[in-house]
Amino acid sequence: MQQIMGYGWGNNMNEEKRPFLETKDIYKSFGHVEALKGVSMNAYEGEVLAIVGDNGAGKSTLIKILSGVLKPDSGVICIDGREYCGLTSRKAIEEGVSTVYQDLALGNTMDVTSNLFLGSELTKCGFLKKKKMNEEARRLLDDLDIQIPDVTVPVGDLSGGQRQGVAVARLVHNGGRLLIFDEPTAAMGLNESNAVLRLIKKLAGEGLTVIIISHNLPHVFHISDRICVMRQGRVIRELRTEATEMDEVVAMITGAVTTD
Amino acid sequence: MEKKRLPDYSYTLILLGVLILVAGILTAASPYFLTWKNCRNILNQSAIYLVLSVGMTLVISAGQIDLSVGAVIGFSGMSMGLLIQNGMPAPAAVVTGLLISLAIGMVNGLIVAYGRVNSFIVTLSTMTILRGIILILTNSSSVFGFGRVFAFIGSGKVGPVNMPIIISLVIAALGAMLLHKTRFGNYCLFIGSNEVALNRSGVDVKKYKVIIFSLCGLCAGIAGLIVTARLNSAEPLAGQGYEMDAIAATILGGTGMQGGKGSVTGTVIACFILNILKNGLTLLSISSHYQGILTGLILLVSVLISESRQRKRSEV
Repeated sequence: MQQIMGYGWGNNMNEEKRPFLETKDIYKSFGHVEALKGVSMNAYEGEVLAIVGDNGAGKSTLIKILSGVLKPDSGVICIDGREYCGLTSRKAIEEGVSTVYQDLALGNTMDVTSNLFLGSELTKCGFLKKKKMNEEARRLLDDLDIQIPDVTVPVGDLSGGQRQGVAVARLVHNGGRLLIFDEPTAAMGLNESNAVLRLIKKLAGEGLTVIIISHNLPHVFHISDRICVMRQGRVIRELRTEATEMDEVVAMITGAVTTD
Repeated sequence: MEKKRLPDYSYTLILLGVLILVAGILTAASPYFLTWKNCRNILNQSAIYLVLSVGMTLVISAGQIDLSVGAVIGFSGMSMGLLIQNGMPAPAAVVTGLLISLAIGMVNGLIVAYGRVNSFIVTLSTMTILRGIILILTNSSSVFGFGRVFAFIGSGKVGPVNMPIIISLVIAALGAMLLHKTRFGNYCLFIGSNEVALNRSGVDVKKYKVIIFSLCGLCAGIAGLIVTARLNSAEPLAGQGYEMDAIAATILGGTGMQGGKGSVTGTVIACFILNILKNGLTLLSISSHYQGILTGLILLVSVLISESRQRKRSEV
C-alpha cells in the first residue's frame, strides 16, 4: 500500500494526529467490473483532500461507499477511530460524513429554510416552528458567509453558487464533519466557482475535513492541501499539493507515468 | 424582500378575484343567485368535491395522482350501506367504511411506493377494480334505507348549516393546516419537489407516500359517506367521474401538476369557482350536459396556466 506522504496540512501539524477518515483495502466490483481494487486512503481534519482521476477510475464508487450508498465487497472504513465494514447512509450521516452531490439534492420549489432543515426540522408536536427555523437559517448562512438575502425564496430562484451554499449549510447544520464535494464547480461561472472555493477553504479552516472530487485541476491546485490520484480502481499516489506540479498529476491520471 | 414570493401569493388572490367576478356576473344574471338558500345549496353541493379535492391536493403536491377517488366514493358508500343492511349499527358501519377507504388508499400507496410504479397506472387500475367489485356485490342495483342517524350526516342541519358543509370546512381547515404548517406537509411538498433529496436526508419517503395515499383514500371515503347519507341510498355508480372535478379544482387552485407546490386554500377557492359555475348553469337553465365540457375546459386551461408558471420559474 502507498505510504502516506503528509499528515494534516493546514490547521494541525501534529504528526500523531490520527486521520478522521481512513479506508483500508476497499474492494468493490459490479458483476465482472472491478471498480475498486484495494483502495486505502486517509483524510485529516482541517485539510482539503482532492481526489482526481479519469472517468472510470473509481472516484464515484469510492464516494458512494464513504457515504454509505454502496457496500464494499471487502475492506474497512474507519471514521474518527470507529471501524465499519459497510456503512448505511443513515450511519454515515450520524458519523458526520456528508456528501454534496452534483445535483445538490435540493428541492427547487421549496424555500431556503425548508431545504436547510430537510430531515431535521424544528417541530412541536409535528408542527413546524417556521419563525425559529427562518431565524436559525439566517444565522447559519451568515456564519458561513453565504450570501442569500431572503431565506423564504424558493431555492430554484437562486444562483448556482447560492444553491451550493444552501446544500453545504445543510450538511454543516446536520453535524457534518467530513464534507465530500462531487464536482463542486461544474457548470459554474467564474464568480460562482470562486465563491464555492472560498466556502470550501473556510470549511477546512474551521476544522472540518473536506474531500473534493474534481476534473478541474486549476481549482484542485488552488484549494487542496493534498491530492490523491486514482487510476483503474486504485489510489496510485497521494501527493502534497505544494510540492507537486500540475503536469505530474496529469501524467499520472492519464497513465503516462506509472507508479507501480 | 417580499417581492419574489409575490407570484405564488398573488395567484391565490387572482383566484379569489375570479371567484368574486363569477359570483358578480351570476348575481347580475339571476336574482335568485345571491339568496341564502342558494348559497347554502352551493356550499352543500361543494362539500363532496371539497373533501375530495383536499385529499387530491396532498397527492398532487407530492407529484402523484389518485384516479381511484371516484370509485372509492362508491366503494365506501356501498360498504357502509351493505353493513347497515346486514344489521351493523350505523356508527360502526360508518367507521368501518372509512377504515376500508383508508385501507384502499394505503394499498394504492404501498403499490406506488414499494412497487415503484407510476401512480397514474396504479390508481387507474384500482379504480376499475373497485367499480367492478361494487357492481358484482350489488348486482348493479342500489342499496337503501339506512335510518335517520345515518341520513343526518347527509341532510341534517346544525342551526341553519347543513352537516356536509360543516364536515367539508373542517376537513379543508385540517388539510390546510396539515399541508402548510406541519412537517408532514413539508415532506409532501418535498416528495413532489425532489424525492431523491428527501430520501438522501434520511426521511422514509415510502412511508410518507403510503400515508399520503391513505389520507386521500380516507378523504374519498368521507366524500362517499356524504354522498350516500345525502341520498340515504348507496348507488353502484356513485362518485363516477368525480376524480375529474377533484383534479380540476386542485390544479386550478395552483397546485403544480409536477408536485412540489400546493395550496389547500387555492383548492378551496377553485372548488367554489367550479361549483358556482355549475350552479350558474343550472340557474340559467343551461343543460347539465354542458357541465362536463365546462369542467374539462377549466382543467385544460388550468394545466396550461400551471405549466407556463412552472416554465417561467425554471427560466429564472
